[in-house]
Amino acid sequence: MRLQDQLLFNLRSLSRQRFRTLMQLIAMAVGVFSVVLLTGLGEGGRQFVMAEFSVLGNDILIVMPGRKETTGGMPPLTGGTRDITLQDAQALARLRNVDGIAPLVMGKAEVNYAGRNRESLIIGANSEFIKMRHLTIQQGQGLPDIAIDQARPACIIGPELKSELFAAKPALGQWLKMAGSRCRVVGILADSGTGLGFDMNNALIIPVASSMQLFDTQGLYRLMIDVHSLAGMHKLAEEVERVMQKRHDGELDITVITPASLLSAFDDILAVITLAISAIGGISLFVAGVLIMNMTLISVSQRTAEIGLLKALGASSKQVRILFVSEALILCFVGSLIGIVGAEFLLWLARQQFNDIVFIAPWWASILALLVALTCGLLFSWLPAKRAANLPPVEALR
Amino acid sequence: MTLVKSMIQVNKVNKTFQLGDQPVHALNNIQLTIEAGEYLSIMGPSGSGKSTLLNMLGLLDVPDNGEYWLQDSDTSSLDTVPMDEEVRARYRRDHIGFVFQSYHLIPRLTAAENIELPLVLAGIPPNERKKRLAPIIKRLGLQERAGHLPNQLSGGQRQRVAIGRAIIMRPKLLLADEPTGNLDSHSGAEVVELLEELNTDGITLIVVTHDMDLGQRAKRRIRMVDGEIVLDQLRTKESA
Repeated sequence: MRLQDQLLFNLRSLSRQRFRTLMQLIAMAVGVFSVVLLTGLGEGGRQFVMAEFSVLGNDILIVMPGRKETTGGMPPLTGGTRDITLQDAQALARLRNVDGIAPLVMGKAEVNYAGRNRESLIIGANSEFIKMRHLTIQQGQGLPDIAIDQARPACIIGPELKSELFAAKPALGQWLKMAGSRCRVVGILADSGTGLGFDMNNALIIPVASSMQLFDTQGLYRLMIDVHSLAGMHKLAEEVERVMQKRHDGELDITVITPASLLSAFDDILAVITLAISAIGGISLFVAGVLIMNMTLISVSQRTAEIGLLKALGASSKQVRILFVSEALILCFVGSLIGIVGAEFLLWLARQQFNDIVFIAPWWASILALLVALTCGLLFSWLPAKRAANLPPVEALR
Repeated sequence: MTLVKSMIQVNKVNKTFQLGDQPVHALNNIQLTIEAGEYLSIMGPSGSGKSTLLNMLGLLDVPDNGEYWLQDSDTSSLDTVPMDEEVRARYRRDHIGFVFQSYHLIPRLTAAENIELPLVLAGIPPNERKKRLAPIIKRLGLQERAGHLPNQLSGGQRQRVAIGRAIIMRPKLLLADEPTGNLDSHSGAEVVELLEELNTDGITLIVVTHDMDLGQRAKRRIRMVDGEIVLDQLRTKESA
């Protein structure tokens, strides 16, 4: 039997049983649809999180107070962890391969201007921080270039905070009040979205020494170190630990992380999550396969006479088997295409809705879903098709 | 290849069915020789095994034992009993045409497509199919009806479509199982005429029927009872 004739025969038979065909198409389409859509959403989420984290460059070390130890030993009797102080930061700044440091203090405080109040994120930092986070100043200037232990009543504000406090009025040069202290607006940040979970649009940045006075603390929340050469990064991390251990009376109570290691850990987790939700979609594909099997079985018993006739006319068992399998495969193929197109359409809609998150199903998801669908169709139609092919012609004609 | 020269040579063929716990001897030691071009009717009461014999002759069914030699070319015959089902399928396709009581047309295909179906199954290209189809449709008088679906045709037309399908592969053997069973007498007569015309053209025609009148028209008549051939006579001039 020629391929064209066979396809025509299949299509005739499929269009004859419209309802059955429609049901199978829907089942297959839903299966493939869910795989592609879920993978797309998962991938979009993963890309989004990764982008969030990559606002920090690759060449940055982060030093945090405290340490997660899994040695199982006694907790230190000296009591708690020691702060990372500005003196520590200065000592680390003198290490080789360090381009700059950004000590960070964070807190929340009420910011007040001309009777308007806003609870705002206060970040104590220095001018290096602006550079490391790739923040842009849209108006005015950055933080003053002063030694990190010097306080100065100057601040930079995020665009949202600016419009909430000042509306359309000019903000530069104005004095803000916060928790009994004052600062003068010297710069306004450009819109930069969120990064690492901080909404920089709503933040207020002041010199780190000023923030320490404001929050009455000696310890830093984080210390970011800009590394000169990536090659020496690992060595520098060890060096940082050594210096800090020495300064903290021989106790290693800080943690040094690289964004790269953080990123890859997150990447792994998110990839597994994406895979898991795709597998859930895969289950619906499997269910669709079972449905195809049932429908093919029904089709075989409904068409027993036709099978008998085909065999009487000289169709071989192989031909009959191919006819039924190819019918199932056509259904799977067309259903899958509908599913893929539907999913891509929804992902496109999602991209229009959420500008930040790029929901794109990876190309392999569609191909994989299609392959799984076809394999399911093949496997699940094989059994009924074989049954049809093995019917003795005289039995089938009866 | 053997010395068997007849078109059909059946030797000591047996077939037993299990009906409940009762074995039914549907074919009991059948001995039958049929020459090319013969016109033969098989008659007998229900359950006498006549349909089983026809199915066996048409390679739709396999006997339990015995030999069934079928001519596959002008000079050679092959025993079909030990044949593989796939080989039997090819034999059916190339050498045997079937006409059934209930037509067995495929409802989604038009009359022309139903007739064409064996050619399609045999993988013959469309232009060749058209060449073979046109004269047959003309001969069957179905030119007006070629594009109609079976449910738009009368019983007689349907059976003519079925006959067209049976002969399009130019078989040597045409088997008809109660070909007029579902037809009124007028269209039944038309169908019988058509079958007899084909026989005149040289095809070997075997008809299974209950209908005495139809059975009597055959040149050679076989009567079966309980799986045995009890009568095998040629029509003589007097009885004609």
